[in-house]
Amino acid sequence: MKTTSPQRRLALASILGAVSFLGACSSGVKLDDLSTVKAGGSDSSNFASQPWNDPKSPLFQRSIYFDFDEFTIKPQYQNMLQAGAAFLKQNPQQKIMIQGNTDDRGTAEYNLALGQRRSDAVRRAFAALGVPDGQMEAVSLGKEKPKSEGNNEAAWAENRRADIIYLTK
Amino acid sequence: MNIEIKGVGQSLYPVAVSRFKDENKLPVSITDVVRQNLARSGYFKNTEVGNGIEDDQVMPNFKIWGSRGADALAVGSVTEKSPGQYEVRYRLYDIRKGESLNGLIVSASADNLRLAAHRISDDIIFKLLGEKGVFSTRLSYVIKEGKRFRLVISDADGQNIRNALNSSEPIISAAWSPDGQKIAYVSFEDRKPIVYVHELASGRRIVLSNAKGNNSAPSWAPDGKSLAISLSKDGNTQIYRVNADGSNLRRLTQGGTIDTEPQFSPDGKFIYFTSDRGGNPQIYRMSAEGERGEPARRISFKQPYATSARISPDGKYLAYIAGVGGGFKLYLMNLLTGDTTAMTDTSFDESPSFAANGRYILYATQVGGKKVLAAVSVDGYVKQILSIPGSDVRQPSWGPFMDQ
Repeated sequence: MKTTSPQRRLALASILGAVSFLGACSSGVKLDDLSTVKAGGSDSSNFASQPWNDPKSPLFQRSIYFDFDEFTIKPQYQNMLQAGAAFLKQNPQQKIMIQGNTDDRGTAEYNLALGQRRSDAVRRAFAALGVPDGQMEAVSLGKEKPKSEGNNEAAWAENRRADIIYLTK
Repeated sequence: MNIEIKGVGQSLYPVAVSRFKDENKLPVSITDVVRQNLARSGYFKNTEVGNGIEDDQVMPNFKIWGSRGADALAVGSVTEKSPGQYEVRYRLYDIRKGESLNGLIVSASADNLRLAAHRISDDIIFKLLGEKGVFSTRLSYVIKEGKRFRLVISDADGQNIRNALNSSEPIISAAWSPDGQKIAYVSFEDRKPIVYVHELASGRRIVLSNAKGNNSAPSWAPDGKSLAISLSKDGNTQIYRVNADGSNLRRLTQGGTIDTEPQFSPDGKFIYFTSDRGGNPQIYRMSAEGERGEPARRISFKQPYATSARISPDGKYLAYIAGVGGGFKLYLMNLLTGDTTAMTDTSFDESPSFAANGRYILYATQVGGKKVLAAVSVDGYVKQILSIPGSDVRQPSWGPFMDQ
């Protein structure tokens, strides 16, 4: 599998205006254009060659949706998980990150832990299908990166989700 | 930043702040900042709003000031000692007793004149009411503009904003070190939550924790030498303790459910935290060394959802967010009696933090669908809304007293 590094620009230490207190002096660190990597993110040169970017591939579907206050994976995702597990076992160098998300009801840190429960459920499902732990990392974005911003059930349902991200480095 | 004040204290102390002599040459009006501080505190009302200047070199006419309704008078002047360097002199008088309460001489450069005004405001509140003021403390919060996130530091009134971190990804859970020199926070700039400790003066930062999985919810021990954090490296979210340089990680909770949002008690002996071990999230308390010796004790009982514990500086009150009737509201619990009080009439409250003197709670909320900051006095009388037109403001944290 050919992998390339997406250009992740990390511009550090651009000082933004010296801030001065009588005692302390405070300036800033500017971090610009961090992480433009999104689901399936890779640079355009090999975008189409990645199987998860092929709409006909069983790896194309990479989101798992959950019911309210739930972190059990519904049976409808079994085929998708099996296809992903088979691919990961055939490609032991391929790593994935599983990002859990929640709707925006509730407080930030508790939702972060709830989203992690969802990503961890996906990680355990893959592990049960024989994917080594070293290929997977389950994390959470909590309610911080909503796919849908609305304040209604349709938006909330869209955000109760775990995304599988095939890392290209 | 806009400030809207709702409600005031019961009986307000009438104070006259006469315009500081020669401040019209300054980029900042010391007088206006002091008057605004006093009004916002919920303790004072300004009897002077104009530009009258009282000579700060001679005793004022107490009779005349008394007849204008003032119980106290602050006078002052500004002198430019060298280009861009100022000396701000201020003196306070008790009008009723007809005596001087002395004052301050503050040296300030052009960019910290607001701090000079805050120091003067703190001196006024201390001399008249015996209370340590928080006007010269600082806030941190996150401004979301479009898809950009800025972690900023401001004065206690939300003004004088300086950038600490600018990112295209969310930043949450900022926590001030006890000495006010650093902030720990969670940044998602690397596709997952990682905890950083950021030194404000230098802009230097370290990765405090980047374990596999989530790294979040930093809380400083009162001595500033270690922090409690939440990690999911072993599957579910659990609480750990780590030295401030990232070394000596040890696990504090040992459960199979969610344990997160640790908060040290002011004496450093206990950690309050959120756990859903009983089915719903509730506040628990354990030894700061963890649950090995003795399991945590449940603290909150009155609502089906209780998160985000913050302990008042005197250790007597617990501020938290309660889920009630589909909304999330700031509550205050008296830890001695267990009595709880709803502090707000809003429905999406979050991220409470106490002022260093324990008199106010700063939190995030929504007003008219817009994300704003708010502060409420612990007695419930004074509420303030801090907003930035066109931006969302979130994740506030009120900083500690700074050594002078």
